[in-house]
Amino acid sequence: MSNITDLKLVELVDKIKKKELSSIEVTIAFIERSKKSKKLNAYISENYENAIKKAKIFDQKPDFKKKLPGIPIAVKDLFCTKNIRTTAGSKILENFVPTYESTVTQNILDEGGIIIGKLNCDEFAMGSSNETSYFGNVQNPVSENLVPGGSSGGSSSALAAKLTPATIGTDTGGSIRQPASFTGTVGLKPTYGSCSRYGIVAFASSLDQAGPMTHDVKDCSLMLEIMSNYDTKDSTSVEFKRENYLNNLNENIKGKKIGIPKEYRVDGMPKEIDELWEKGIKIIKENGGQIVEISLPNTNYALPTYYIVAPAEASSNLARYDGVKYGFRSKGENLIDMYEKTRSEGFGDEVKRRIMIGTYVLSSGYYDAYYLKAQKVRRLIKNDFDEAYKKVDAILTPSTPSSAFKIGEKLNDPVSMYLNDIFTVPINLAGLPAISIPAGHDKKGYPLGLQVIGKAFDEQSILNIAFALEKNISFKNNITDWWIK
Amino acid sequence: MSKNNDEYLIIRNDNKYEVIIGLEVHAQVLSESKLFSTSSTKFGSEPNTQVSLVDAAFPGMLPVINEHCIKQAVKTGIGLKANINKRSIFDRKNYFYADLPQGYQISQYKNPIVGEGSVILDMPNGEKNIGIERLHLEQDAGKSIHDIDPQNTLVDLNRSGVALMEIVSKPDLRSLDEVNAYIKKLRSIMRYLGTCDGNMQEGSLRADVNVSVRKKGDKKLGTRCEIKNVNSIKFMQMAIDFEANRQVDIIEEGGSIDQETRLFDTKKNETRSMRSKENAHDYRYFPDPDLLPLELNDNYIDQIKKDIPELPDEKKKRFIEKFKLSPYEANILVSDIDISKYFEEVSKKSDVKLATNWITGELFALLNEKNIEITESPISSKNLSKLINLIKDGTISGKIAKSVFEIMRDGDKDPITIVKEKGLKQQSDPKELENLINKVITENPKNVEAYKSGKDKLFGFFVGQVMKNSNGKANPKLVNEILKKKLN
Repeated sequence: MSNITDLKLVELVDKIKKKELSSIEVTIAFIERSKKSKKLNAYISENYENAIKKAKIFDQKPDFKKKLPGIPIAVKDLFCTKNIRTTAGSKILENFVPTYESTVTQNILDEGGIIIGKLNCDEFAMGSSNETSYFGNVQNPVSENLVPGGSSGGSSSALAAKLTPATIGTDTGGSIRQPASFTGTVGLKPTYGSCSRYGIVAFASSLDQAGPMTHDVKDCSLMLEIMSNYDTKDSTSVEFKRENYLNNLNENIKGKKIGIPKEYRVDGMPKEIDELWEKGIKIIKENGGQIVEISLPNTNYALPTYYIVAPAEASSNLARYDGVKYGFRSKGENLIDMYEKTRSEGFGDEVKRRIMIGTYVLSSGYYDAYYLKAQKVRRLIKNDFDEAYKKVDAILTPSTPSSAFKIGEKLNDPVSMYLNDIFTVPINLAGLPAISIPAGHDKKGYPLGLQVIGKAFDEQSILNIAFALEKNISFKNNITDWWIK
Repeated sequence: MSKNNDEYLIIRNDNKYEVIIGLEVHAQVLSESKLFSTSSTKFGSEPNTQVSLVDAAFPGMLPVINEHCIKQAVKTGIGLKANINKRSIFDRKNYFYADLPQGYQISQYKNPIVGEGSVILDMPNGEKNIGIERLHLEQDAGKSIHDIDPQNTLVDLNRSGVALMEIVSKPDLRSLDEVNAYIKKLRSIMRYLGTCDGNMQEGSLRADVNVSVRKKGDKKLGTRCEIKNVNSIKFMQMAIDFEANRQVDIIEEGGSIDQETRLFDTKKNETRSMRSKENAHDYRYFPDPDLLPLELNDNYIDQIKKDIPELPDEKKKRFIEKFKLSPYEANILVSDIDISKYFEEVSKKSDVKLATNWITGELFALLNEKNIEITESPISSKNLSKLINLIKDGTISGKIAKSVFEIMRDGDKDPITIVKEKGLKQQSDPKELENLINKVITENPKNVEAYKSGKDKLFGFFVGQVMKNSNGKANPKLVNEILKKKLN
């Protein structure tokens, strides 16, 4: 038998249900590999001892009806987990231990999942390379000194390196799909309102969505099924019929109309990415799908719109970290002084940058020109997709305009960093679901992803299309365990 | 200088200044739980015992609207004869303060739940309409306590997240009496509706007061100053008085008024600047992305309308028409829901006119003396109506009734029992009364002669003597009748 950690999520579930593996065997296998992989810096907090206890308890009285029977899983450190430190990658929450559980992680626990640790991420999910984390860089297992993407960089790294059989991230502007693309894994951002935001440290409330990150589309379907539910604790949660995504998974895409938006052919895009896109188009055609040229005319405005809306909401969402109630507090002469010192010392540069942008765009005299205008453009971007979906069932694009870059390469050039999200951001603005699947490698051997964008609440269709693509691409991640001595 | 009634004029060097007042009343919504969380709103609990994770703004916590508070706001809007907005939006008002856990207050800015309405005031010179600009829902902040620990400010979050209705009047108020009448009327309407208990001591009703002055005859409003968070009618009046005079002084000296926010110092009886317009907070309002716009449909609003009880204005009208009360009497009896309830209970079982007199006379005097509310009255409405019936059917006289009332006030005793036990029943048997009268006539031959020769005033003397001999129990009406027959 191959290594336990080489198995995919659905395979592990199957083996546990068939009693070929026990929860403790599986849990220890992933913990042991995680322990050997400290160099990746994927974890912020480890929950190994507790996880082993839970696995033993599971094995004593196994419930095989659960969808994640005794399966160990590490999650992004943006999800509040009861009695497990939750930092959001920030100094300001360095020692914060929630007394409550996020809805999404609760769903995982309810299905028998066991949390083995909390994964590194950009501070408050603000970043595209995991370099803004207070807890340091994360290594991409693909190659040394390569970023794993962000903000769910710890998640993508841990998943690709097989430290966890599956994981969850959050995606505000591409934070699941871009790191998935950079590490040769699958990442799905569900429709806004599909997964509850309750208990997730907020970055930009109108854009944030939790989603699965997995080795393949099957695993992704299973995870989505578990994560997604209607939750009265989140007023933006939507009541709609959630499918049995895994059961319904179907590679037959005959007759499906797939849109190709011309605006995504951006200047200076590497040839490899163009080729990758063509490869995807060819597969769709070969499998009976129909390719339709479409236009999303306001695509160009998505990035500036995003960088107004997201910081605006963030500037307000992060006001609660003031040193008064919990988290880091610096000593001050008086209240204002305490605020200033706490927030100056507690937040990193990127977070401060976005708080300042957000505060500025909401200020009186600028509100109309920035925030209000951005909301109007956001509506236009949404309208573009609505128009397109009159003609097509889904849309195919590259996930990112480039492959993973070197650590430090873009850190001092925020605009170039922001450009990384050019293909993912419009989808958050429109609140739509989108999946990134690994589709090839560039010259350097770094993975590249394709993105399938769906209609609102039609996750099943994009899973099916991704499933068909996956079968035909047969992507293989060439990861040597270079970080394990 | 007249501060009251329909106009408040300040006169300086032959210049007459008119005082213009607008109020932003913060009324705590009567609700078991907070606006966006399930924590209790009970007053007076131990600090920080009614605080949920949402109220304390823990990471990842989200607000969920308490539907009851929405209903209460709609009810109040209907009571203010206002437009109910079918679509309203909750916004974030951003500012930092230690007792504001989220770093923003969830409020309604451009799209409040209730639009324009009006309140009728009964002033001595007639009714006056005060316009309502809007009513919106918002969260209360916590409380900063500066005087327990010498080194630190302590924060109590029990109040954090409690639902408030901010009711903004138009600048229609013109005198201190109108301010008094307006607050009382607003309070009365909300107490009738059960949407706010109106308890000013517990802070359930507070107001920001906007004051400006202008030369009489000017059409344009002067620059206003806002006096923050005044928590009693008396203080509102004192603050307005001080502030209006301060503004007149500045103008008379050739200066101009700066728009600013001021605080009222209740100890020094003065207002002082809190922050100027330049230093005004930029609250960076924007729609709260955690909450969807609030949509109400006609059916929902109609359903609430059906449950609206009779309000003071309608009740007053009914009392005047049905019970033939004077507007003055009706006003007093409808001014508070508990008074009106008490009156209706008494008048249902006894004479309306007597009920009105006894409640506004003896009972109010008693409540005043004891400084208690009518709900705490030692005399139940049931026993008061019994007492009135005893008067009405001639069992006791009005005078005796007063002494029975004196006994009733110490323990709500049944007046029928009191009359029986103390033998206070009125003597109404004509034969017995005749005997009494004959005795008085026989004993006072000189006075009888004097009366017959024209000294009419002596009639009172005979009545008095008869009453005295009967220990006050003789029916005075019958005594009068029989005496007249005997003497004439």
